[in-house]
Amino acid sequence: MSMTDTAAMVRAEALHKSFGRLHVLRGINLEVARQEVMCVIGPSGSGKSTLLRCINHLEKINAGRLWVDGELVGYREHGGKLYELRDKEICAKRAEIGMVFQQFNLFPHMTALENVSEAPVRVSGLSKPRAAELAQELLYKVGLQDKATVYPKQLSGGQQQRVAIARALAMQPKLMLFDEPTSALDPELVGEVLAVMRDLAASGMTMIVVTHEMGFAREAGDSLVFMDEGVIVEAGRPREILANPQHARTRSFLAKVL
Amino acid sequence: MRPGSGAGGPVQQAAEPAAPPEEIRAIPVRHPGRWLAAAVVLLLAAMLVHTLVTNPRFQWDVIGNYFLSSRVLEGLGLTLLLTVVAMAIGIVLGVILAVMRLSSNPLLSGASWAYIWLFRGTPVLVQLLFWFNLAALYPQISVGVPFGPSFAEFSANDVITALAAAILGLGLNEGAYMAEIVRAGILSVEHGQSEAAQALGMRRSLTMRRIILPQAMRVIIPPTGNETISMLKTSSLASVITVTELLYAVQLIYSVNFQTIPLLIVASIWYLIVTSLLTVGQYYIERHYARGSARQLPPTPWQRFRRMLLTFHAPPPAPPAQLPTGPGR
Repeated sequence: MSMTDTAAMVRAEALHKSFGRLHVLRGINLEVARQEVMCVIGPSGSGKSTLLRCINHLEKINAGRLWVDGELVGYREHGGKLYELRDKEICAKRAEIGMVFQQFNLFPHMTALENVSEAPVRVSGLSKPRAAELAQELLYKVGLQDKATVYPKQLSGGQQQRVAIARALAMQPKLMLFDEPTSALDPELVGEVLAVMRDLAASGMTMIVVTHEMGFAREAGDSLVFMDEGVIVEAGRPREILANPQHARTRSFLAKVL
Repeated sequence: MRPGSGAGGPVQQAAEPAAPPEEIRAIPVRHPGRWLAAAVVLLLAAMLVHTLVTNPRFQWDVIGNYFLSSRVLEGLGLTLLLTVVAMAIGIVLGVILAVMRLSSNPLLSGASWAYIWLFRGTPVLVQLLFWFNLAALYPQISVGVPFGPSFAEFSANDVITALAAAILGLGLNEGAYMAEIVRAGILSVEHGQSEAAQALGMRRSLTMRRIILPQAMRVIIPPTGNETISMLKTSSLASVITVTELLYAVQLIYSVNFQTIPLLIVASIWYLIVTSLLTVGQYYIERHYARGSARQLPPTPWQRFRRMLLTFHAPPPAPPAQLPTGPGR
């Protein structure tokens, strides 16, 4: 394995993904360094979410190569041939990547604390008291220490999303994926979720954030990627792209959202 | 609107001290049809009670004599045993068949489909008779390597007793129905749930056990309660293959003393009692799996009863007019 592979946290080369005849990702080249916060923007249907889902192998890629932390996603390369990973190995790799969804997807039959401690107990094999302790710490970190025994339905959208972030962090991930984490929230609840994400970025977590929050991208992002129709149209420093977009498509998109 | 209140516009209204609003006093709509219907129902109920009390052929004394007799109670025990064991087989089989049916492997989902087709497509009475007469088809049952040597052989008549045939017949048939119920439950759980579990590194079986099935239970429990009650009564079909469950037990008694109606009433009352108990049990199981689905669980009937007693003794609640009003709310 070459040095360049291990240097980046995520690397994609000529990545393609189709759903049947729908060609969603059409040759993505991407590199996310350790501790980098990359924001991905673009119109709906541009393939942003699909790209995130490929990174933790919720979707299988059709062509190209994708590495996370220097290891191929979903496959093992041996003697010039690709071998599919077993279910168990894929799950072990997913456990190292946290994911936060637009619709939160908290487990409604478990309390906030149980939501956070479930995977540490069942996947990492932590003892229940130790996992509860960890969950309590993480709920404190997202400002919800007093909501431990509450069920998701009793929480506001912003609180649910913060629990979802704590749940993802409980697996001690080396990479966090955010799929439009504030798009389903009432406007006045967006700030509390972004604040938690800012803290996380400041703590050195590697993050890929699909978002429509240009303010967050400008202030918390190290890099910004604009995607359209399955390709990366423009990438670079957030302030530069937002202030001075080079491509016509980027300009027209930003004109609509800013 | 009261005169004066709207004239000054919303600003003045807000500044006004909270005067108690005048409550609406209207004459309610009359429902003569409802009174007539209620009278008819009451009349019919009175006739029913009258005939139950005055018709001597009900023979309530005979019913009382046999209600707790050992033969009836043994029959009841066997009915309960059949219901519990057949439902247990049905539920386990149903979960397995439902998971198979939803598998991406066409052989597994096809096999599940074929099973459901066969067992749902034939009457359970025919299936019971079939298992009871299995010895006619396979006189010997052997355990061993398929197409190879066998380690042990049994006579089918020894292994498949009447009770075993009843349990097999009812349980295997129930599995087909439970499979559809469980499948509907699994499909009712949002796809995002299994995705969130996968993203946390949970394996498919773990996701099913910890995330999907507990949520599917909300959809699965009510029809399963229905099936259990139905099974309690369907188990009476085992009487045709000489299992002395509740119905056959009373049949054996009245075939000797000819007290047909009183003994059928004995059996019916027992079926009603057990069904009522099952209904109560179902209520509490449903409540358990409703955790997190509502902001607050509804009170149990017992809690409601206690609250009613408490409010009966407590002073009446403050009238709503004294609640703070105004645009701030």
